[in-house]
Amino acid sequence: MVMLNGAQIVVRTLEDLGVTQMFGYPGATVIDIYDELYNSKQIVHHLARHEQGAVHMADGFARATGKVGCAIVTSGPGATNTVTAIATAYGDSIPLVVITGQVATSLIGSDAFQEVDTVGITRPVVKHSFLCKKPEDIQVNIQKAFYIASTGRKGPVVVDIPKNCQNPQVLVEYKENLDIKMRSYNPTVFGHKGQVRRAVKLISEAKKPVLIYGGGVVQGEAAPELLKLAHHFKLPVTSTLMGLSGFPGTDPQNLGMVGMHGTYEANEAMHNSDLVVAIAVRFDDRVTNNAKKFCPNAKLIHVDVDPASISKCVHADLPIVGDCKAVLKQLNEAVEEANLEPNPQIDAWWDEINTYRAKNSLAYQKSQDKIMPQQVIEAVYKATQGQAIVTTDVGQHQMFTAQFYKFDTPRQFITSGGLGTMGFGFPAACGAKVAFPDRDVICFTGDGSFQMNMQELSTCKQYHIPVKIFILDNHTLGMVRQWQSLFYHQRYSQTDLTFNPDFEKLADAFGHKALKVSDPAKLDEVVQQALSMKDDLVIVDVLVDTDAKVFPMQKVGGSMADMILKEEDA
Amino acid sequence: MRHVISILIENEAGALSRVVGLFSQRGYNIESLTVAPTEDRTLSRCTILTLGDKEEAEQITKQLHKLVDVLRVSDLYGEGGGFERELVLMKMPTPNRNIRDEIRSICEIFHARIIDVTQDTYTIEYAGSSDEVDNFIKTLNEVTDILETVRSGVLGILKGTHYMKK
Repeated sequence: MVMLNGAQIVVRTLEDLGVTQMFGYPGATVIDIYDELYNSKQIVHHLARHEQGAVHMADGFARATGKVGCAIVTSGPGATNTVTAIATAYGDSIPLVVITGQVATSLIGSDAFQEVDTVGITRPVVKHSFLCKKPEDIQVNIQKAFYIASTGRKGPVVVDIPKNCQNPQVLVEYKENLDIKMRSYNPTVFGHKGQVRRAVKLISEAKKPVLIYGGGVVQGEAAPELLKLAHHFKLPVTSTLMGLSGFPGTDPQNLGMVGMHGTYEANEAMHNSDLVVAIAVRFDDRVTNNAKKFCPNAKLIHVDVDPASISKCVHADLPIVGDCKAVLKQLNEAVEEANLEPNPQIDAWWDEINTYRAKNSLAYQKSQDKIMPQQVIEAVYKATQGQAIVTTDVGQHQMFTAQFYKFDTPRQFITSGGLGTMGFGFPAACGAKVAFPDRDVICFTGDGSFQMNMQELSTCKQYHIPVKIFILDNHTLGMVRQWQSLFYHQRYSQTDLTFNPDFEKLADAFGHKALKVSDPAKLDEVVQQALSMKDDLVIVDVLVDTDAKVFPMQKVGGSMADMILKEEDA
Repeated sequence: MRHVISILIENEAGALSRVVGLFSQRGYNIESLTVAPTEDRTLSRCTILTLGDKEEAEQITKQLHKLVDVLRVSDLYGEGGGFERELVLMKMPTPNRNIRDEIRSICEIFHARIIDVTQDTYTIEYAGSSDEVDNFIKTLNEVTDILETVRSGVLGILKGTHYMKK
């Protein structure tokens, strides 16, 4: 029998679950666990400079690898600082386990020092949470947490561990090969066979089908199956923001991103289709625009692992609940069994779509003396040959990245889509770089977003995490300013960021390198130079046009096809 | 529309707060809620009365089902109907014989029980459907002002051979 104390059990359980990288911040109620981590040969812990950063790093690690990200923080402010980051992972269904210290069970409810109701505060933004009441609970709860986080619709799980449960003097049994059973938690994997057969028949009969897919394809490792189905039926394919990288960006059947800032062809194709095949999307308002005007002539096949996502925002004519990889496999098998071919009229549909494409809706005007933000993404795309892992923050630069960097392999694109968390991009890039030290990891950020978590520059110095940070620096909160410019009579209320720090000096202060560029003619050269500095974290401060705007843009309250293509039409 | 939603849930600390939290965070209302352990003490049975259209009720049941602690969810009216009962405990003042007589005869008509008698009060117990309980309270209130009313909220069970499996 293996007897261990609570703190040892935490570390041993994590090790046995295969954890190699952790991110966190110590404090009074996790000091015993940190003392045990000090002994671990398997787990490398990264000390962040803020708990939010730590959890975003674990999130970035999870998104880049598909493994469960793991973070550990202390009670009270340590736990509350993680809330935004946990909500970010929840918004995008990312598998994460966050271990929080808690005051001793005898003190819970007494308003003790650094006590908060962590389980209560995080409850609306976690998939599930556990409060360990005794040392015996720790192993089973952590194992359950990993299982819940990584199955079904994935998501963050919090395990709250009171200090006395970690007491080095109290030994309890560590159970090797402990089998966890949960009678109340059994996610559906396979789709209903009859529904699968009906679905492929509908697809083969459709004259104007469109396939739309979301982040579930990336998180569910379903890209090869999706590609097979799409190619077999010659389906036009569009992606939500979270789906990007799940279907090759350079594939001729790819129409680009859908929704608020999606391409003209993607939104028009959706609006004019007679069949929408939706794989692991949840039809958020940034995709559907006005849900009442959603695809008026289309039937909807909706595949999702979460039954609650089906017919939540738009009515599904043919729902299939199941893991999207398993269901896509079933769909492909059903196609072969029934020997189904695409409707011959698909060619006419492609002709129509090509007229939409001819609008060239992402075209933008270049300038002699100002760098356009789109150019930066294009330059980095070219210089990295489309192979980098790219993270973003939130705002204009995020949309430009989604529009201009063509992601060909899954997990290449890491962004906060659901919650839209500014400050996510840089720590998430750190997590991705920790997972893939040999790959180029690029963070596109804005001068606003970057300042929300730039303290992690220290972490990067300490653990040698040489990510490349491209600040699309327009000295303003670009997306809000865009709305103020278009819809609020150019009243730029509180969006001015003239008083930014000197980002070159900032990099220097943290012991990193920096480059600055404002001349369009020098952009490519500076990008190359930054990328060639393999061993350095480089901040590239790119001064871009303040008035650049993200187009196309859907009209508020309209259908998906109600789009503003250029500023004059706004 | 009224929906009576039955939930079988792990009898664990915090499980109920997840159920209640779901209603508040998604903007659904709770008209009544009852919860107690079942014959299997590791499980609790919870009945929630809520108002909403068909789509809303469907979304509520799906979201409840998603909670990790929840074993089973069913909407009483989504599954061929069921029985609803509410228990009410009331305290009535009994200042004179007339009022005492009237209360006793009303209780007789409704098959309600007077479970405690003092010089000045009757304590009454009555169970029935929500409508019947409403009606009982209204009738007694016409006799004299009620001192106190305690309603249990709705309990529901499926009709016929249907039952909620564990």
